Amino acid sequence: MDRENKRRIYLDNGATTRTDPRVVEAMLPYMTAEYGNASSLHSFGVKARDAMEKARATIANAIHAKPSEIIFTSGGTESDNLAILGFVSANKGRGNHIITTRFEHPAVLNTCKHLESEGFRVTYLPVTREGIVGLEELEMAITDRTVLVSIMHANNEIGSIQPLDRIADVCKSKSRGICLHSDAVQSFTKLPIDVSKTRVDMLSMSAHKIHGPKGVGALYLREGVKINRLVFGGHHERDLRPGTENIAGIVGFAKAVELMNRTEIASMTKLRDMLIRGIMEGVSDVVLNGSQSERLCNNVNISFKYVEGESLLLSLDAEGIAVSTGSACSSRSLEPSHVLLSIGLRPEMAHGSLRFTLSRFTTEEEIDHVLEVLPRVVKRLRDISPLKGG
Amino acid sequence: MYSKRVIEAFTNPHNVGVLEDADGIGEVGNPVCGDIMKMYIKVRDGRIVDIKFQTFGCAAAIATSSMITDLAKGKTLEEAEKITRNDVAESLDGLPPIKMHCSNLAADALHKAIEDYRKKQTEKRLVKSLDKNI
Repeated sequence: MDRENKRRIYLDNGATTRTDPRVVEAMLPYMTAEYGNASSLHSFGVKARDAMEKARATIANAIHAKPSEIIFTSGGTESDNLAILGFVSANKGRGNHIITTRFEHPAVLNTCKHLESEGFRVTYLPVTREGIVGLEELEMAITDRTVLVSIMHANNEIGSIQPLDRIADVCKSKSRGICLHSDAVQSFTKLPIDVSKTRVDMLSMSAHKIHGPKGVGALYLREGVKINRLVFGGHHERDLRPGTENIAGIVGFAKAVELMNRTEIASMTKLRDMLIRGIMEGVSDVVLNGSQSERLCNNVNISFKYVEGESLLLSLDAEGIAVSTGSACSSRSLEPSHVLLSIGLRPEMAHGSLRFTLSRFTTEEEIDHVLEVLPRVVKRLRDISPLKGG
Repeated sequence: MYSKRVIEAFTNPHNVGVLEDADGIGEVGNPVCGDIMKMYIKVRDGRIVDIKFQTFGCAAAIATSSMITDLAKGKTLEEAEKITRNDVAESLDGLPPIKMHCSNLAADALHKAIEDYRKKQTEKRLVKSLDKNI
């Protein structure tokens, strides 16, 4: 069958999203007409700089920060690296202990592992079955050598939301003043974040998860928090992130932030619950991974007993449905998802997981179609499997 | 990532299921690594006359299972024993490097099934000769 002409349903918005046409439209002039370098003094440069500063204010406003507290980067991974490596580099001597969790994104996890090889001590906090970090465990892990805590706002695989407010309170209580970083790549604009109330010091954000372009992100850096640059060059972004700014990308990022609204979050939540309910009712032997209540509006993660995730993924792909899996087979390692193992899933259940992530473009009709196709696909693979009934 | 042939064999695998009266059964893999294969063979006059499989695993695991049943059907046990992992991969126009190791277990499952068959035959002969002597 001609695959190109087949209807395609994209439910992998946790990986990346379709750039909103309105975002593309907002970006275009900054490639074709106002293509100046924001550091230049002439009118081209001024236009570029003005657009960038307007975008900075939009993004700052979305989290109740000051524009001067926003540093543009190339995306979530760079923001995480700049936050963690930049902070420990600027705060040497204050301590060498970092606390994070077992189910962070690799951009945080591997940065922390790198620091371990440099002599830092890192505590990887466990999470509950629902994928929530425990405040008591955090409290207990803190020592007088702890300088930095990095805990994601919402998990990228299972969508579980962390109590960022209370985590911040623990970090700041007893006049500890431990710096708190949070990877908010999945939650930004989907969950309210108010840095004037939540005492988080650094937040990583990314554009392409919210219908913005790839290759642009930001780090919120609270006034007074010292970090060092990771790369050397000119005086861009308060000397912290040298390199000619990606103006079109930055403008697109801000446009994407402007476009996010409560109505579509409510609509995604409704479709998410429809999908969860439909799978639970339509397919036997399934388990919802993550929390029921503390869950991102667009995340569904389910393990299917007796079948393997890559087989499921490819079978759905053959039907035009794009999802992702925590199975080892779709990664380049032989290990199943560290996130699913961290919530206590047995490896065979982690191998059989699928993640469906919705977006503003997901329709009820699409969810209906998935619910029609999925039971058939699961049944076919279960009929091949020796585990079913064995 | 996968060749057309792998996708074909994964989408429409041959010889899926159980042989209730199998003469030999071979099982390899474990659920922890994400692949389990069970191979059933029926043998007549030293030849594999029927073969079926059950597999829990990725597309490569299912495709290689299907392919080896095609390769082994009708072969003598000696011929079937000579089928290697590489033969299976080549018949599928190759596998991604990482799958060569973890999901290319079908040859092992077949060899185990033949081993199981031979063991059972030896046991049968032993029982027979014991009966005679009594």
